[in-house]
Amino acid sequence: MNNAPSSVVSARKLGLTFETGDGPVHALSNVDLTVNKGDFVSFIGPSGCGKTTFLRVIADLEKATSGEITVNGMTPEEARKSRSYGYVFQAPALYPWRTIEKNIALPLEIMGYSATDRKARIERTLDLVNLAGFGKKYPWQLSGGMQQRASIARALAFDADLLLMDEPFGALDEIVRDHLNEQLLKLWARTQKTICFVTHSIPEAVYLSTRIVVMSPRPGRVTDVIDSTLPKERPLEIRETPEFLEIAHRVREGLRAGHSYEE
Amino acid sequence: MQKERLLQHRILPVVTVLLVIIAIWYVAAYVMNSPFQRDLDRRGNVTSTAMEFFQKTMAQPKPVLPAPHQVVSNVFENTFLRSVSSNRSLVYHGWVTLSSTVAGFTMGTLLGILIAVGIVHVKALDRSLMPWIIASQTVPILAVAPMVIVVLGAVNITGLLPKALISTYLSFFPVAVGMVKGLRSPELIQLDLMRTYHASAGQTFWKLRVPASIPFLFTSMKVAIAASLVGAIVGELPTGAVAGIGSKLLAGAYYSQTIDIWAALIAGSVLAALLVTIVGIVGKIVDRSMGGRLA
Repeated sequence: MNNAPSSVVSARKLGLTFETGDGPVHALSNVDLTVNKGDFVSFIGPSGCGKTTFLRVIADLEKATSGEITVNGMTPEEARKSRSYGYVFQAPALYPWRTIEKNIALPLEIMGYSATDRKARIERTLDLVNLAGFGKKYPWQLSGGMQQRASIARALAFDADLLLMDEPFGALDEIVRDHLNEQLLKLWARTQKTICFVTHSIPEAVYLSTRIVVMSPRPGRVTDVIDSTLPKERPLEIRETPEFLEIAHRVREGLRAGHSYEE
Repeated sequence: MQKERLLQHRILPVVTVLLVIIAIWYVAAYVMNSPFQRDLDRRGNVTSTAMEFFQKTMAQPKPVLPAPHQVVSNVFENTFLRSVSSNRSLVYHGWVTLSSTVAGFTMGTLLGILIAVGIVHVKALDRSLMPWIIASQTVPILAVAPMVIVVLGAVNITGLLPKALISTYLSFFPVAVGMVKGLRSPELIQLDLMRTYHASAGQTFWKLRVPASIPFLFTSMKVAIAASLVGAIVGELPTGAVAGIGSKLLAGAYYSQTIDIWAALIAGSVLAALLVTIVGIVGKIVDRSMGGRLA
């Protein structure tokens, strides 16, 4: 981050309004945000704050209704068409009729990678997520945590510098989640990717991120952006240091300020 | 352990029901055949014991309701003891019906898949076609079948094809409905995934929609093959009773050969069970090869 950071995602006055039967719902309003290359940015906030919607706008799964956003300097649609990001959903979304390695091969087949290239990439990504040897298994033969790792491997298999993760560990238990968080940081260090990570867990956000974006609902907006002062090297024990707790405290304050409990 | 459970949970209940049915059948045969037998005895001035009388009701050549053993022996005789080319052979008639069933089923399945693909991909077809497809099945097949046979006969199309077309008419429906559901079964998240890859419509179709629809296909094919058999039998009724299980039924009714009717009925049921089982087994094999977990 010493050299001039180039922005991967840049949003200006971004807004998204869903027209529903009960009138318009402002999912996002006036979001200004820049994600730099190599950042690990977490989006945190209560449900309905638009964090997932924002991720889906980046991925061109939703269209913004106002403002501007660029992804790798392009419109989200162009970025999607040039396959510049990998997306990890809340659920693994593995195809049950494909083995793990065939699931990882899916984007590669679609993007036209050669068979030998596919094989090498499958092996490499399985290794990255510590699933070497499980390639021939079907999804149902794996635990929930392993399935989600396989889906991360699938998102890493092709050459996209940006990884969009939508509460990938939300459905997993605390112990598995800790373990996967640790692995994710190692993976991030090894692959040098830019990661946008949606979560509703404060410890997870603080532990993983270089920047934490605190959001609040009605309308969905950014209330605080916190640059983490934690070092890049982060053992799990870092979560007991005063520095960690201080950042967690600031996130909690931000969440409290933006959230009214009267409703 | 596994065998014991199979015996207890599958075979025992089925056999019990079968025994009950046979018992009721015998009683019913006695009740229904005895007036005629009593009449016959009175005219011939025959007096017989209750046991003799009972036996006679079980052995009439043209009973109102044939006893189970009469039907079984007729089926056995006409299946195993006749040459397969004889027109009394149930194997021969079964084969005739089977060939048009399978031909009609094949055409119906292909047609059903084609219609489903159209409905899923073309909005206009989705709106326009479905009501017609449902309407097509409300028309009584017994009314349609003779018209198809006669119309096609007038342009010199006879034999297997007209019967197969009636089977097609009945079997495309479950396949079309099932495949529309199957092709639409992928979850939003799985479709979103394809979108993030910028996959083409063709890739989404072949790599997601088609594999996801396979279980639906086999379920509807099981219904379709049974419907095809019904179609083939109905199609044989107006063909002047040349061959097939349908013609056997018609001839039996014509000459009051009640035992023959029941034998043809049994043959038809066995054929249906066989066909549904085969489709089921193929479905299981395909499911296994697609990573389905052992049930």
